[in-house]
Amino acid sequence: MMPDLGDYAGAVLSAYAVSLGLIVGLVVLSLWRARRVRAALDKVERRGRRT
Amino acid sequence: MSLWEYANPVRFIRFTDRVLPPLAVLAVVCLVVGLIWGFFFTPDDYRQGSTVKIIYLHVPATLMAINAWLMMLVASIIWIVRRHHVSALAARAAAPVGATMTVIALATGAIWGQPMWGTWWAWDPRLTSFLILFLFYLGYMALWEAIENDDTAADLTSILCLVGSVFALLSRYAVNFWNQGLHQGASLSLDKEENVADVFYFPLLVCIAGFVLLFVALVFLRTQTEIRARRTRALIARERAA
Repeated sequence: MMPDLGDYAGAVLSAYAVSLGLIVGLVVLSLWRARRVRAALDKVERRGRRT
Repeated sequence: MSLWEYANPVRFIRFTDRVLPPLAVLAVVCLVVGLIWGFFFTPDDYRQGSTVKIIYLHVPATLMAINAWLMMLVASIIWIVRRHHVSALAARAAAPVGATMTVIALATGAIWGQPMWGTWWAWDPRLTSFLILFLFYLGYMALWEAIENDDTAADLTSILCLVGSVFALLSRYAVNFWNQGLHQGASLSLDKEENVADVFYFPLLVCIAGFVLLFVALVFLRTQTEIRARRTRALIARERAA
């Protein structure tokens, strides 16, 4: 299944690892911040409705 | 229905809530199909060997790094001219995505360059202008964080974005301007002689579509977040003033 990457296996695999790692990290961080900010806004809006 | 209606934050959030899930699914499908096709089912290049497989990450990331800045430029101009907060926040939301794409382009370029050129880095016109573009991304994000007033931050970052656009365009056309350095010309061209071979071209197109869709999905999600963060700050300020 794995293609024969020859002498350049290290270069090709590290390029994929770095890129996919950065993309996954960016997506996870974006989702995490979206959830955190939404929760913070809900909290402030609930507090505003009570007062 | 006018495009300007989406300058209303509520309408923007309602619209993006609807389109985000299919957009994200499509982005993942394109990325998975394109990368698997490119990595497993394309041959080695007769000169570059298996390193040609890096093209499926390097070229789309480079395209997105430049075009993210150009999108920020359009959004900044809209802010300067029409004062729509959503456009300023969209530019802010796009910056970390563009910066990540720039890092991927620089990293994969260095990893690819080492076996092909015998060096990780050279002060070549395209590489240098790309590095400067990355520094502009860092400066742009730092400026947003450094200024407390949102409108002042949007004004100043818009000006910085206008200046940085010179380097965004330069990193695209540097090879044509100077015609020197290690980096070859564009991989994609309308001229069939200059364009990459079809066997690499079609999976590359799928990967580019995946990167574009991922960028749009992330910018929508992050713009929603920036709109909510701005509203939270405004409500807290109102509470303190009361």
